[in-house]
Amino acid sequence: MTASNAASDLSPAPSSDGSTPAVGIRGITKRFGDVVAVDAIDLSIHDGEFFALLGPSGCGKTTTLRMIAGLDFPTEGSLTIFGQEVGTLPPNKRPVNTVFQNYALFPHMNVLENVGFGLKMQKVNKTEIVRRSSEALELVQMGAMASRQPNQLSGGQQQRVALARALVNRPKVLLLDEPLGALDLKLRQEMQTELKSLQRELGITFVFVTHDQEEALTMSDRIGIMKDGNLLQVGSPEEIYEAPANRFVADFIGQTNLLEGTVESSDTVCLANGARLSVRSTEPVGSAVAVSLRPERALLHDRDDVPDGRSSLDGVVQTVTYLGNAVVYRIALDWMTLDVRAENRPSMKRYSVTDEISVSWLPQAVAVVAQ
Amino acid sequence: MSSPTSPVLPRGKTRIGLTMNAWLVYVFFYAPILLLVVFSFSNDRNVGRWGGFTLDWYRAFGENEEIQQSLSASLRVALISTVVSVVLGTMAALALERFSFRGKKVFDGLLYLPIIIPDVTMAVMMLLFFSQLFDALDAWFGLGLSKGFTSIVLSHVAFSISFVSVVVRARLAGMNDQLEQAAFDLYASRWQAFRHITLPLIAPGIIGGALLAMTLSLDDVVITQFVSGPGSTTLPVYVFSLIRRGVTPLINAVSVVMLAASITLVALSLLADRAKSSPQPTPSKETDNA
Amino acid sequence: MSGLAVDGDLIVGDVPDQVAQANPEFERAAEKAESRRGLIMALPAYLYLLVFFALPLVIVFVYSFATRNRFGGTDLSGWNVEAYRKLGEPIVRDILFRSLWLAIITTVLCLLFAYPFSYFLATRSATTRNIMLVFVMIPFWSNFLVRNYAWRVLLGNDGPVSQITEAIGLGETRILFTPLAVVIGLVYGFLPFMILPLYASIERIDMRLLEASRDLYASGWQSFRRVLWPLSRPGVIAGSILVFVPSLGAYVTPEILGGAKTTLLGSYIVTQFLTARNWPVGASLSFVLMSVMLGATLVYFRNGGRTL
Repeated sequence: MTASNAASDLSPAPSSDGSTPAVGIRGITKRFGDVVAVDAIDLSIHDGEFFALLGPSGCGKTTTLRMIAGLDFPTEGSLTIFGQEVGTLPPNKRPVNTVFQNYALFPHMNVLENVGFGLKMQKVNKTEIVRRSSEALELVQMGAMASRQPNQLSGGQQQRVALARALVNRPKVLLLDEPLGALDLKLRQEMQTELKSLQRELGITFVFVTHDQEEALTMSDRIGIMKDGNLLQVGSPEEIYEAPANRFVADFIGQTNLLEGTVESSDTVCLANGARLSVRSTEPVGSAVAVSLRPERALLHDRDDVPDGRSSLDGVVQTVTYLGNAVVYRIALDWMTLDVRAENRPSMKRYSVTDEISVSWLPQAVAVVAQ
Repeated sequence: MSSPTSPVLPRGKTRIGLTMNAWLVYVFFYAPILLLVVFSFSNDRNVGRWGGFTLDWYRAFGENEEIQQSLSASLRVALISTVVSVVLGTMAALALERFSFRGKKVFDGLLYLPIIIPDVTMAVMMLLFFSQLFDALDAWFGLGLSKGFTSIVLSHVAFSISFVSVVVRARLAGMNDQLEQAAFDLYASRWQAFRHITLPLIAPGIIGGALLAMTLSLDDVVITQFVSGPGSTTLPVYVFSLIRRGVTPLINAVSVVMLAASITLVALSLLADRAKSSPQPTPSKETDNA
Repeated sequence: MSGLAVDGDLIVGDVPDQVAQANPEFERAAEKAESRRGLIMALPAYLYLLVFFALPLVIVFVYSFATRNRFGGTDLSGWNVEAYRKLGEPIVRDILFRSLWLAIITTVLCLLFAYPFSYFLATRSATTRNIMLVFVMIPFWSNFLVRNYAWRVLLGNDGPVSQITEAIGLGETRILFTPLAVVIGLVYGFLPFMILPLYASIERIDMRLLEASRDLYASGWQSFRRVLWPLSRPGVIAGSILVFVPSLGAYVTPEILGGAKTTLLGSYIVTQFLTARNWPVGASLSFVLMSVMLGATLVYFRNGGRTL
């Protein structure tokens, strides 16, 4: 990508690995009247990456995507695509394409015409349009449906056509706005795998908006978690799951138990009931934090039968939920309840309601998160 | 659709009553029209009496110069006012559905008024307006204008714009604006997106609006009567004046012709409506087998 | 689509495609350009309605406060409320009451026929329903003048209705030129206006609610009174306004079917302009008529009506 554009002095700094980011976002803010939809976020999406923007509805993830597409203009900030500033470019001048939430297939055109629309607008000659469109349809296994009307297609087929319609233009970045939201569970899982392998095959940067944390974990190389217009954490699925930046992220990604407490020293947290836990923390001494304990990281023992080297708390079994592959126990402590998930193995000891037990975990299995 | 189970129709006497009422309503709707058609072929000077079959009245219709003139005036008025109001009404609909601009609320309200205002009030408004306008033009520029073809067309456009814009707006509102955004995303300029996406998708609405405007123009008596001048009447106004002078079998024949024109327009609008019925693809949730 | 500028403008005033960093000025300029585009699209119709609708409305308002001079002309100087005071005079008052009364009767009759009809329609299968609706739409779209004229033929002396009553020994009927004839004409003209909104509102009701009410020991009448009627009220109100309002201002129907003794508001206004040449009175009455209509429309919108 050449950096010889008029705004080269505004080009973002090279990203950590030294190359130009596919999408560079610096200090981007979007206000709708008094509402701040996106609040001065910074984000670099790398070339060839499958990146998910994840967050609850209204967190600003779709607005961010629309700004990259050019469908909304940022109020301020810098937005680059492979180093080129595009903040004020209209959508039809940007080297990106979008797969819309409900696909937005043109109902008055057949599948082939839909796919060829972008090329037609770019004045590509007709034979070339047909050739490339057919190719794109083959890529998504829709070659046989070229002459169908969109309303004759199932949801999954429409999804594939929308994908082909975007990919046929060879975008530098493909934007996907909750593309799997309208599909049923089984089809969604199938499409997840397919999208992922398609992205690997083509090497195009995918930016994917979703509110489904499982989907984000399954598909992405990296995830950006948004809330109230702010980017809370960016990292690989593992980083985000293992070391959530704060309470919201810990709670939003997967399930967790949050034990309120105060940092006493760099390796002690005092819990709300007065118990001291030894756990590493980088939060300042005296700050209120929560200790995140994932249900599957905890073990149950008979009271006073906790092995050495494990932290533990005493409690009473309140409910037992049998899930088939696992059993989830809800444990009543004096001051809160905890969920503990035990894989269903033949060797597993089963407890029942009112059993007095201890919950234990390895010190490195928990994370301290800021409020 | 009300419910997945079969809707309940009461049993017994109520059911018989409901069915009979429905038939009664249809007889009420169609008996007068059908009888009118029958009597238009009746060889009897009395408009409501059967005196054997004849086509004389239709022949008289074809030969009557005044009727021919007013018919041609009607058609010209309808055509011009329809074209103008379709262009203005469609633009207004696009502005209101797709843009926000200063004065939008006032415009929206102004656009609704001609629909709800009584014919008679509108007629009075147009009469006073044109007489004032022509007086002023006469006083300032010495133009001796008078009411006639132009004032009729101008008045018809004034009420038709609103009806066209309501119909087109309904169509636009039912159209996902993501489609236009998808076009922009696929390198379409604003004009290309309108030309290739918006226009084809709202075309049934525009056609429906045009047929409504034409029907209203061909139907209008009161307003036209107020703004027409000597030598420039439309067919309904002329027929209305004939009826007031006394009914003749000739009027039966003219009426049937007008009725046939209306029904043709209804049929066309129903066809346009049918084209309208599948504006959006509905993603079905069936399992993919591709 | 706020804040969206797309290259290749539909009309004029595009934002230049400068390659630059986003900033509030640009965002504002883009929004302004968008707003200007909307205004430009609206402008032809806007100006047209201002000149050929709003201005005439103002003129009527001005005339309603003017004075009629001796030559049948109108003096615009010397504003007064004489014309409005005239509305209290017995002749005008009678006409107002008669118009109101006939409009009410018309509305009630339309409701009596349309309600069971719409309910029946809503309980049919989709195909039957569509066919039945088409046959309601045809008279709805047919020429209004012709439909009134048809009754003139039917009800006339020696007309088919009279022939039938004579044949069965009831003697000649003389309905034409009576208020009854006007009511028949109005009901005939406006019945579809009642059926369509009523049907739309009844069709939306979940019919299982009626089954539920029967299951909860309601009689047929109670189910209607406590469930169906309250739920269909928006349709009843919409339909009643759509029938009442044009009935009140009707001109063509009373002219064709009514007699000299049944002058109604619409005809009276027309007379003031075309024969009596008392424009101020005509203008003030038109204004009153329009106010009733606006009031009714407001009621309609307040009751959740959206389309007319």
